[in-house]
Amino acid sequence: MEHTVRGKKKLKELVINRDWCKGCGICVSFCPKKVLELDSKDKAIVVRPEDCISCKLCELRCPDLAIEVLTEEDND
Amino acid sequence: MAVKDYLRERFFPHMWCPGCGHGTVLNALLRAVEELQLNKNDIVMTSGIGCSARISGYVDFHSLHTLHGRALAFATGVKLSKPDLKLLVPMGDGDALAIGGNHFIHACRRNIDITAIIMNNRIYGMTGGQFSPLSGPDKKATTAPYLTIDAEFDIVEVSKAAGATFVARSTTYHVKEATEMLKKAISHKGFSVVEILSQCPTHYGRKNREGDAVQMMTGYRDNTAKLGSKALADNPSLIPRGIFVDQARPEYCQEYDNIIAKASRNRAA
Amino acid sequence: MTNPIKFLQGNEACVEGALYAGLEFFAGYPITPSTEIAEHLSQRLPEQGGKFIQMEDEIASMCAIIGASLTGRKVMTATSGPGFSLKQEAIGYACMAEIPCVIANVQRGGPSTGNPTHVSQGDVNQARWGTHGDHNIIALTASNHQDIFAITVDAFNMAETYRTPVILLLDEAVGHLREKLVIPEEGELAIVDRLRTALPKGVDYHPYLPREDGRLPMSDFGGDRRYNVTGLFHDMWGFPSNNPQVVRDLLRHLIDKIDNNIQAITRYKEHYLEDAEYIFVSFGSSARSAIHLAKSRRDRGEKIGVLELQSIWPFPAEMVREKCRGAKAVLVVEMNMGQVMAQVKAAVDEPGRVFLANRIDGKLITPEDIKKLLRVIQGRGV
Repeated sequence: MEHTVRGKKKLKELVINRDWCKGCGICVSFCPKKVLELDSKDKAIVVRPEDCISCKLCELRCPDLAIEVLTEEDND
Repeated sequence: MAVKDYLRERFFPHMWCPGCGHGTVLNALLRAVEELQLNKNDIVMTSGIGCSARISGYVDFHSLHTLHGRALAFATGVKLSKPDLKLLVPMGDGDALAIGGNHFIHACRRNIDITAIIMNNRIYGMTGGQFSPLSGPDKKATTAPYLTIDAEFDIVEVSKAAGATFVARSTTYHVKEATEMLKKAISHKGFSVVEILSQCPTHYGRKNREGDAVQMMTGYRDNTAKLGSKALADNPSLIPRGIFVDQARPEYCQEYDNIIAKASRNRAA
Repeated sequence: MTNPIKFLQGNEACVEGALYAGLEFFAGYPITPSTEIAEHLSQRLPEQGGKFIQMEDEIASMCAIIGASLTGRKVMTATSGPGFSLKQEAIGYACMAEIPCVIANVQRGGPSTGNPTHVSQGDVNQARWGTHGDHNIIALTASNHQDIFAITVDAFNMAETYRTPVILLLDEAVGHLREKLVIPEEGELAIVDRLRTALPKGVDYHPYLPREDGRLPMSDFGGDRRYNVTGLFHDMWGFPSNNPQVVRDLLRHLIDKIDNNIQAITRYKEHYLEDAEYIFVSFGSSARSAIHLAKSRRDRGEKIGVLELQSIWPFPAEMVREKCRGAKAVLVVEMNMGQVMAQVKAAVDEPGRVFLANRIDGKLITPEDIKKLLRVIQGRGV
């Protein structure tokens, strides 16, 4: 998908700090687009980055401060 | 600055349990500070004792980790002594309303420019899950094997009655709202209180069949409603969220400056 | 220039000494018989740009001065009886976090509410061991207003030098007594200012790493050195640690920084002591009666003298042993059940010759009271 909806930020990278993540699953459960899952080691991983709408709710809610949603706009 | 620039990263991962809401409060608080573009040297974070109190070790501000319940008393000394500093005082519910209850109501009454953030998880987590003055009746805790019989405080009502000039409530689910409230509270000139419902899945959720962190946060979503919303009007048993008080009243340190002016004239006369 | 000669209460002499020493912040709570200290400071501090706050309780007052001290101010609180008990938790915090502060305790009768408007010296051991855990403390005292002034200045100086709470152990009788005080001129008494770090920007500052001379330079909250202060055992950055070595080293440091300087801390006065056969060891208002009796007996040719202690903790055991050596008897004159006497017995070569001359009924011990015991000891009957 080349173009994002006007006003929406386009995802560049969803960074998960595996050392800090404690696998509570908050990001997974409340992601509106089901972008994240827990892997076999109970760490959050990005499985559907193409669906991410960069709402950053995972980053904001993460109690471990382990998620960073980097958007194209952030780069500007 | 990025949020991480406000962290003492060497202490991460932090000591809180998986899913503990306190990390989300830290997250929201740092975003509020970042968005307000506050200088780290101007902030003093004062905390008491308990899970909540550990927050002060993780932030790259001046940090004062004090005694159980006494954070506001220490903060009052810092603030009155150097009013230019921003005082952030995160507390647990037992910390703020049980052992620290007296300091809390008097800080409200004085309207000293300090921001109190009450991370309300309705339990004493650090000591292993004893009921707190925010647990409410019919709850299970290690000191209430037959369920609690104690009524709970309503932090918003206590704060209002004691004279706080900014009072708000949000939850870890409503993290954007919580961040906005924290920004307003920190910018408010006077004593501000932000209660944030913060899940303790380990000691509260498990014992009281409220499930894990996700289920508890879902509960915050379903059992709360915005002040003035139709949902709240339709169902008054929901816990209201929002800004309950936002008013101007003379601030303590400014009033004390007037005392100094009066006393200096007195001396000169 | 205001008249340096004053006629005032002992509590006011303490206020004058504190202001002379550079007091800038006071937090307190009303309690008899120390209240006048708060009352006078509520007027005097704002006159010179300082801050006074009446807190919601004794605990909060102690906490508030610790907070204010961290911003770089010289701080003090004052209390009595139950108030001193309530402050103990935060006094322990100040010991652990090494925060300079002064606590005036104008003693009254206890335990509990006890005898609020009457004199006692029953808090000697509480001043030493009131807070929990091993720790060290400095406690100073005085028997007249000129000395209260000077010892108050000393209290602030020692709080800064050793980064510790210092207890001013006054009592109701001397606190409420009115007598003359001559305020020393500026510069007449030495003042120790806050030692702040002189490290250049960019060089790591360790708030809890002692210099070679043992002192710990501070950095004011609000400056560009951001560090952590905690009541937990902590490392040199101030961050919590339960590493056994860190715990042991810190506790030893807290004890040693005072014990190793006992000579510098020790304060006492000798009255007719040079060839005394009978020695009264006393302090505070009790010492006034002891000195009175000694003087009248000297006038009659009896070899009686007084060793007046002005620092009680750390207890100057070596000095007491030296001074009491060879005495036929040592009478410890105090208004409690022998709290200083126990220290004197432990200090001297012949503890069997140490006796207690006390009064515990809320009345000031009189020369007559001491005389009665002295007669018994001297074998002159009862």
